[in-house]
Amino acid sequence: MSEFIPQLVQQFFNGLSLGAIYALIAIGYTMVYGIIGMINFAHGEIYMIGAYVGLVTLSAIGVGTGLPVPLIILIMLIVAMLVTAVYGYAVEKVAYAPLRGGPRLVPLISAIGMSIFLQNWVAVGQGARDMAVPALVTGALQVNIGDYTITAPYSRIMIILVTVVLMFMLHMYIKHSRLGRASRACSQDLRMANLLGIDTNKIISFTFVVGAMLAAVGGVLIALAIGKLNPFIGFLAGIKAFTAAVLGGIGSIPGAMLGGVLLGLAETFAAAYISSQYKDIVAFSLLVLILLFRPTGLLGKPEVEKV
Amino acid sequence: MVSHIKNALIAAVMAGVIIAPVFGLQIVRSGMQTHLEPEWDMVLMGMAIVFVFQAFVRPAFVKVMGRGERKFSMPVLNDTSRRAMIFLLIAIALIWPFFTGRAEVDIATLVLIYVMLGLGLNIVVGFAGLLDLGFVGFYAVGAYTYALLYHWAGWGFWEALPLAGAMAGLFGYLLGFPVLRLRGDYLAIVTLGFGEIIRLLLINLYEFTGGPDGISGIPKPTVFGMPMVRRAPEGETTFHEFMGWQFDNMDVIIYLYLMALVLALVTLFVSNRVIRMPIGRAWEALREDEIACRSLGLNPTNIKLSAFTMGATFAGFGGAFFAARQGLVNPESFTFLESALILAIVVLGGMGSQVGVILAAIVLTVLPEVAREFAEYRMMIFGLVMVVMMMWRPQGLLPMKRPHVELKQ
Repeated sequence: MSEFIPQLVQQFFNGLSLGAIYALIAIGYTMVYGIIGMINFAHGEIYMIGAYVGLVTLSAIGVGTGLPVPLIILIMLIVAMLVTAVYGYAVEKVAYAPLRGGPRLVPLISAIGMSIFLQNWVAVGQGARDMAVPALVTGALQVNIGDYTITAPYSRIMIILVTVVLMFMLHMYIKHSRLGRASRACSQDLRMANLLGIDTNKIISFTFVVGAMLAAVGGVLIALAIGKLNPFIGFLAGIKAFTAAVLGGIGSIPGAMLGGVLLGLAETFAAAYISSQYKDIVAFSLLVLILLFRPTGLLGKPEVEKV
Repeated sequence: MVSHIKNALIAAVMAGVIIAPVFGLQIVRSGMQTHLEPEWDMVLMGMAIVFVFQAFVRPAFVKVMGRGERKFSMPVLNDTSRRAMIFLLIAIALIWPFFTGRAEVDIATLVLIYVMLGLGLNIVVGFAGLLDLGFVGFYAVGAYTYALLYHWAGWGFWEALPLAGAMAGLFGYLLGFPVLRLRGDYLAIVTLGFGEIIRLLLINLYEFTGGPDGISGIPKPTVFGMPMVRRAPEGETTFHEFMGWQFDNMDVIIYLYLMALVLALVTLFVSNRVIRMPIGRAWEALREDEIACRSLGLNPTNIKLSAFTMGATFAGFGGAFFAARQGLVNPESFTFLESALILAIVVLGGMGSQVGVILAAIVLTVLPEVAREFAEYRMMIFGLVMVVMMMWRPQGLLPMKRPHVELKQ
């Protein structure tokens, strides 16, 4: 019994750091869905590319060159964000923009094609095998509660901190900037916003760029925490982040954050208390169940179908 | 012109940013350190291509396209010639394997499996307009039904085949029941989730399904109860002994091919008939406008469910045959990529068009086999083709011709 509480705290911490990653990716899904109502299937791949760009940057700088570690991580994050911003922009312009206004299935299939393309693009370029990421952030914070030691690796604490900071920045930006206000208007009513003189194409691109940048941060951070990556990590992470977005209510940014954290916790607890082999099944089952019983998610608004 | 150049420059710079971290800077690992091996010529080449395309090719293209009729379509075959073509193709397909090599027949069998799967998914996606990304799950159910029945109960292929179809159909029914009231892309994601759950369960139920190793040693189908093997098990005559032939492995392959052909033809025939029946009409009506259908008194859930179940049943048949041909099943064969491939067959062929689906199945199965040396670029090109097809011909190679009667003048 004495171990129960500290173990719970440990799992809570693990779940929180995993959930933070899901939340970062989920925002991309939810913002895109909120504005143009499509599932950006290739978003998970952007996350994977972000992780690769981070590794490329790290290799370019070199480990142990005397630069302080926080600065290296900052450079990695910035480069990864810039490159994936271009990726996000280009993917939207190439694969989705020409298809806007067609039947709903068409952009979705195009997105699946894009996802397969990007996966294999990286697999051809950088090799399909697992790639090790040098451990940049080592060590862990250890707290003793009774005889049980809670271990919180610094790399995972970093995930949570960076995510919180970025979420706050995003929130302020969406709330107070001109572009943020315009994007909120677009998510309420795209055509009306267009009629009122908002350049909706620009806002849609902006949405893709912001989503891609946040996903890249998630990719870089998780690569540093786990220590390896391959071109196929994006698929599963993408599906799970989408689950998180649906859980929180797709279209709602706070919902994506909440959903990410909840999914991370659910998965971690399932792995700890049921079986680690079943954690993916738990995530998928959760997705199915939410869509069945509350398709609008926790914080989403119900959608009315009009003729 | 100046704006073209400017745009092209921006595009070229972006292409550079996109290519550089993936192809331009190869990560090389040496011991504990990783370092980069730059290949700038690749980046520059990519940038140059994008620049030329954006600055010259695309404006020219737009100009040409803008002058004439923008839409051009392939000839849509009329009913008679379509039927004649089908009969001709069947005749060729029947005779052909006796005159070619082993590898060709083997690939053709694979093509026929995909034809069957494509036609099955075509019912769900093409006719009923339900995007199913977990189709491979039902394929897996069919394959494992036969494999497990053989493994645990010693059933043969022909006894297991109907049950494999029924089992997959049952799965389709049970899974479809709760999810079919969801809208398009939600449905897609839920079916994807189901497909993955089935695969993960197959991996994790180790005692029952053999886990990642799967089940091996599954026997090939028999011919009227006579096994097609070199040596008969005790008390049975093999087919070649019965016929008084020498045993030849080629016979087995041709037999499998002919069986796949029969199964594919049955699928084609059934789906071709069913679309002309009231239920098929209802599928199409529902695809076009759900609200209108509901107000006309059609029950959307039942109609969607019938499409879902029927598609799953065909996948189950295909799966059982796949297990028999392969001799082993494991969860590796049933990944999302397989679903995407089957979906690509349907989409590339033209949603709802059966001839198109068959054509696309041939193209997408034979091309990778032919282009073996491009193996690593295969999936990349495959993804790109999906994107380009959606832009260029969202209706597919041979779009479906709606059955209709024209008034005579």
